[in-house]
Amino acid sequence: MSTRPSRLFHNMNAKIASVPMVLTAMVVFLGGSIWTVVYSFTDSKLLPREKWVGLDQYERLWGTNRWLVSIENLAIYGVLSLIFSLVIGFVLAALMDQKIRFEDVFRTIFLYPFALSFIVTGLVWQWLLNPDFGVQNVIRGIGFESFTFDPLYDADLAIYGILFAGLWQGTGLVMCLMLAGLRGIDEDIWKAARVDGIPAWKTYLFIVIPMMRPVFITTLVIITAGIVKLYDLVVAQTGGGPGIATEVPAKYVYDMMFQAQNLGQGFAASTMMLVSVIIILIPWAYLEFGGKRRG
Amino acid sequence: MKMMRMMLAASTAIGIAGGAWAEDLEITHWWTSGGEAAAVAEFAKAFDATGNKWVDGAIAGSGNTARPIMISRITGGDPMAATQFNHGRQAEELVEAGLMRPITEVAEAEGWANAIAAPGLLESCTLDDELYCVPVNIHSWQWLWLSNKAYEEAGIPVPKNWAEFVASGPKLQEAGKVPLAMGKQPWQAAGAFKVLVLSLGGPELYTKVYDEKDSEVAAGADMIPIWQAADEMRKLAAGSNVQEWNQATNLVITGQAGGQIMGDWAQGEFQMANQVAGTDYTCLPGLGDQPYLSTAGDAIYFPLLSDDAKSAAQLELASVLFSSEAQLAFNAKKGSLPVRKDLDLAEANDCMRQGLDILAKGNIVADTDQLISPDTNTQIQDLMIQFVSDMNMTPEDAQARFAEIIADAD
Repeated sequence: MSTRPSRLFHNMNAKIASVPMVLTAMVVFLGGSIWTVVYSFTDSKLLPREKWVGLDQYERLWGTNRWLVSIENLAIYGVLSLIFSLVIGFVLAALMDQKIRFEDVFRTIFLYPFALSFIVTGLVWQWLLNPDFGVQNVIRGIGFESFTFDPLYDADLAIYGILFAGLWQGTGLVMCLMLAGLRGIDEDIWKAARVDGIPAWKTYLFIVIPMMRPVFITTLVIITAGIVKLYDLVVAQTGGGPGIATEVPAKYVYDMMFQAQNLGQGFAASTMMLVSVIIILIPWAYLEFGGKRRG
Repeated sequence: MKMMRMMLAASTAIGIAGGAWAEDLEITHWWTSGGEAAAVAEFAKAFDATGNKWVDGAIAGSGNTARPIMISRITGGDPMAATQFNHGRQAEELVEAGLMRPITEVAEAEGWANAIAAPGLLESCTLDDELYCVPVNIHSWQWLWLSNKAYEEAGIPVPKNWAEFVASGPKLQEAGKVPLAMGKQPWQAAGAFKVLVLSLGGPELYTKVYDEKDSEVAAGADMIPIWQAADEMRKLAAGSNVQEWNQATNLVITGQAGGQIMGDWAQGEFQMANQVAGTDYTCLPGLGDQPYLSTAGDAIYFPLLSDDAKSAAQLELASVLFSSEAQLAFNAKKGSLPVRKDLDLAEANDCMRQGLDILAKGNIVADTDQLISPDTNTQIQDLMIQFVSDMNMTPEDAQARFAEIIADAD
């Protein structure tokens, strides 16, 4: 009997074709990450250097008020942004799915903000929320002299101002993904549910949403990636202010590495970001991919 | 006569450079406000007159935005021909790593050491006896700019010192004005604070805190009045919803704000608006209290290039930047003081004269850019912007945190 060709050479063309991407992933992503983690244990200033200082950078990091504020802001923004964009996105999609008139027009309107970059979004909302130019000024112009609305200048509210701009920009995309998912649900399921006399909201909650699991996973990944890398919106909208009220981890990393000329500290902060992503990612990947192999 | 001198200057430069061809040099800087852009155009004109071409690489959004871009271009292997930094410690490591080229030969041939207004300026450009940058101006932070119009409208005399200024605050607020204009960027808050340290605390306190980094002094009784003044400062600045420093200066120019603590580059904005020192606006060096100035400033550094012709042109540029003509034209537009002492400042206005007098008396201290590292500076900026915007943070807390930063400073 002839031996079967080794699995290694099976489907050779595809494997050769993916070599460049594998190399890029290994060198750029994995290599870069390892390099960053290693150098986070040095006291590198403007240029990287191998002077080891152990965990000093991490001690300073967790003793820095600005970093703690950044983490807190990211948590607030992350949780609320996740919940609201999923809820609003799904509700909009469900409304859109009622065979309404001018669906194309509404879809375009809702998706339009997504075509704008975070920088533009940030600037637009900075002006809208600025007490001297924006909403407050307009309402006062109408005659309500004592009306006050300046979330970006109030340290307790500023992060919600950013959240609002982020939602305005992002929910359109979530809506489109959800709408695609809803359109993928077989008409017969709806008919069956109607025959059984199940109310529409129950059909959505207990039949349609569980069936849309893949769409939800995709959406979740897209939203989460956007949350962790939150940077440009903050820079454009508030610059981290007032004070340090809207600082985020990515901005801390950038400012430390380039403005404070303290690479070691920036590396330590980015390593912490990596760790937090891994903590979220590993259980999820295990659940998602580990399960399939069994079946 | 002027043309003649220009040509002589150009020919010496070419002599040094060994017969250079016309080269395009890219110069990056963050001089982007109205007054600054007018000033840098003077440099461009002077350099173009040598037959080379000044390719302007202005980066908007203050030095905190511009420096990371410049540094990544230099460390990333795409150096520009020349770039602005505040001389002192910002480019320290780039020089140590050999990414910058020395320009000692031009300085020696033209005798810069004899012409320089304050020797400290060249010293902060020097490493291992080689000169790495051309200081182009002297800037000092310790100025309070006051709007005569705002005080007239409020019906009170223009203050003469910090205490009077603080006292005038409520009257200005009654007249619907913001007493103190301050942009909401960290460097502006930290800058105003170091002005309070030097102008209210005096040079000894300033030296102990920023130079000797004595954390006991920073935590001690001498600093308490400074933090109280900072507390008053943030209350006076509470209503100014602007970001950039020149927007804040504009509030003073238009009389919407009483005053602003800002370096003398603010004067360029007053000039652009055709304001006259003494009648339209008043300046109080050292806040009218302690007549001491810190000699900060901008300098042009020259990254090491592999192209020989461009390297030769870099020396020509260095020579042009230090030439009397370019120094006069640039600094007149920018509102800063020239780095040469052999210039006739017939056109200097009232405020510049006050500054020159203080310099001549030798009442100068090194600027914090030369004393503390960018890392420490960023920590102080973070603290100060938080202090200014968060009224719940007490001066005592802020002082304790400031002392911690000073204790760890390098």
